[in-house]
Amino acid sequence: MKKLSARRRHPLAAVVVLLFALAVTGGLYAAFAPADTAKADGTAQSLAIEEGKKLYSVGCASCHGTGGQGTSDGPSLVGVGAAAVDFQVRTGRMPLQQQGAQAPRKKAIYSQAQTDQIAAYIASLGAGPSVPTKDQYSPDGADIAKGGELFRTNCAQCHNFTGKGGALSNGKYAPDLTDVNPKHIYEAMQTGPQNMPSFPDTTMSEKNKKDIIAYLDTVNSSKSESPGGLELGGLGPVSEGLFAWIFGLGALIAVAIWVAAHTAKAKKS
Amino acid sequence: MSTTTTNESGAGAPGRRKAPAGERVADWADGRLGIYSLAKANMRKIFPDHWSFMLGEVCLYSFVIIILTGVYLTLFFHPSMEEVVYHGPYVPMQGMRMSEAFASTLNISFDVRGGLLIRQIHHWAALIFLAGMFVHMMRVFFTGAFRKPREVNWLFGFLLFVLGMFTGFTGYSLPDDLLSGTGVRFMEGAILSVPIIGTYISMFLFGGEFPGSDFVPRFFSIHVLLLPGIMLGLLVAHLILVIYHKHTQFPGPGRTNKNVVGLPLMPVYMAKAGGFFFLVFGIIAAIAAIASINPIWAIGPYRPDQVSTGAQPDWYMGFAEGLIRVMPGWEINLWGHTLVLGVFIPLVIFPLVLGAIAVWPFIESWVTGDKREHHLLDRPRNAPTRTAFGAAWIAAYFVMLVGGGNDLWATHFHLSINAITWFVRIGFFVIPVLTFIATRRVCMGLQRRDRDKVLHGRESGIIKRLPHGEFVEVHEPLSQEQLHTLTAHEQPKPLELEPEFDENGVARKAGAGRRLRVKLSKGFYGDGTQIPKATREEYEEITSGHGHH
Repeated sequence: MKKLSARRRHPLAAVVVLLFALAVTGGLYAAFAPADTAKADGTAQSLAIEEGKKLYSVGCASCHGTGGQGTSDGPSLVGVGAAAVDFQVRTGRMPLQQQGAQAPRKKAIYSQAQTDQIAAYIASLGAGPSVPTKDQYSPDGADIAKGGELFRTNCAQCHNFTGKGGALSNGKYAPDLTDVNPKHIYEAMQTGPQNMPSFPDTTMSEKNKKDIIAYLDTVNSSKSESPGGLELGGLGPVSEGLFAWIFGLGALIAVAIWVAAHTAKAKKS
Repeated sequence: MSTTTTNESGAGAPGRRKAPAGERVADWADGRLGIYSLAKANMRKIFPDHWSFMLGEVCLYSFVIIILTGVYLTLFFHPSMEEVVYHGPYVPMQGMRMSEAFASTLNISFDVRGGLLIRQIHHWAALIFLAGMFVHMMRVFFTGAFRKPREVNWLFGFLLFVLGMFTGFTGYSLPDDLLSGTGVRFMEGAILSVPIIGTYISMFLFGGEFPGSDFVPRFFSIHVLLLPGIMLGLLVAHLILVIYHKHTQFPGPGRTNKNVVGLPLMPVYMAKAGGFFFLVFGIIAAIAAIASINPIWAIGPYRPDQVSTGAQPDWYMGFAEGLIRVMPGWEINLWGHTLVLGVFIPLVIFPLVLGAIAVWPFIESWVTGDKREHHLLDRPRNAPTRTAFGAAWIAAYFVMLVGGGNDLWATHFHLSINAITWFVRIGFFVIPVLTFIATRRVCMGLQRRDRDKVLHGRESGIIKRLPHGEFVEVHEPLSQEQLHTLTAHEQPKPLELEPEFDENGVARKAGAGRRLRVKLSKGFYGDGTQIPKATREEYEEITSGHGHH
């Protein structure tokens, strides 16, 4: 050690350190980012874009234009990003069945792999939000109560207290969020599909999105508990009123008729 | 020894058996309260038997259930808007800031033993109470049971319904949740829309700017003390009048305007009514155990900056919600003041809709000039104008309910909410008129059928072939009882204007009021409003064998 410290002011010391540092970084790079895979990735990416373009020209181009530039029947897709494609196609909203107030959710036509290819093609047209990773949207470890507060502040106006959906003007609507895949909820917030405003990370942080997803997962999924019994759609007083009239008063009137029919009759003359 | 002496004196003359315990208790009470004469007067009161006469009982019993469960809830509810942080067992609310009222309602729902069930019984019973009163009121209306001498009792019942609406509304607002808070905000908006005094009333009611920290404790006093107190008083008066007037009955053989045919209060009716109470309680408790109502934990605490779609009041306020939802948002700005017609007009229509049904008995008795007592009920078909008016009123009410739930109609029937709103706007004026016309025609059709049944008998479904080949359906003649029931009603004649000159040739002036009355009376009973019922002569002619039908 003494020898080394004695030479630390040698004119070539800096050169030696530099060489050493370069060797380490280079070595680490070689170890952790094999050049072969990187190359293969690049090929796969361009292959996906190629395939995606083919799918796009068959299924999407008639409305969105041959280059995604949009037509009078569909908006431009330049810059919408892979997340928008994944949301619209995987929830079955696209391709559109018919023009209308809003694209309804239906069975997805393209497989996840095909969707990824289309997404890759659309993403190649212009930068946009990419498909979120599992640890971005998974509800694990999020603050459910905070999510509820955020949901009531930002989402309940259209989607109802617990995301049971609601009406918008002229036949448009905010859909029911029961059992929607957390990934799609995340993408919807990120990209603002259909009539929904978008909530990019600058407006609503990644953590807050996670909180909202966790809240919905707790109160509005097929596994959420309803401590009071039948939920009656979670729609509030309208369904409760109907239930009270039909089953409550209905049962009482039926019983009243039954009691009146079984009367202690004095002997009939 | 002393015991023996007491026994002997208690048992009266030696050799006689001791009176049963019940009788001795009754004796004791009679000596101090004078119950024998009271009981003698009322215990044999007769109540006629018909299922629709039990609708009032449904209301009475659900009111009792509401009071019982409500008392339990007050033991745990904290009517305070003090801000607290929730640390209870319901995870999605942990760490949230909320009012003590909301926190204690969560506590009732999740920590108090049986609390959630009692809360749900209380709320379901309230919805059923109001629905029961609505149907009870319609029963009284359509059978004409509101006629003299029962007009005052009709008004008592109507007041009970209106007070029930407001008791329900204040109770619904107590948990201070996001749904009811929106409802209170709605109410504040309606108050603010009142010209000149609106702002002052709002400031007075909420103790300053909305929401402030006063409305929950104030609504609490109104909900548990003021309104139920008045309602209890009215309820007792309502029942005393029922006993005093005696119950009405449907026409039938042996039933006249001067008697009541039915079962005595003691013991038969008492047993039936007592049993019915438990049936009502059981059904409401079962519903409360099966179905969730007002899950405030899912709704969240009230914050004025938050609002949700699908925010409706309980059903009995739904027509008010409808009025406000379909009203165009008109406003007038003059001299720096705003008159919000879009809110103020619905606020004015709200009491008018309710009042229209309340004043009907008085309008009817004025128009018809009928000041006699009525203890026999009308069959709705035999009073076509009244029945048509009632149906039109219900139609208007239900059109407004559709308006109040326009968003749910839109999402569940895949319609445009704007189209529904326009439907309701037009329907509010058109549908009651159409209902009126259609109902009157249906009543006439039913009267025609009654006449036919009286004259020709019941269609038996047996086809007979006559010797010359003609096919006829055999009609079975009705029994005397049925004939009586179908022809017992009276068919009033419309009023007539007196001739312009009296017998001495002196001109008589009919006032505008008189002329309007005659006109309305013609509308009630004039041409084309009733089918002449079968007369004895017609019946005899047909049944004597000459008539070939």
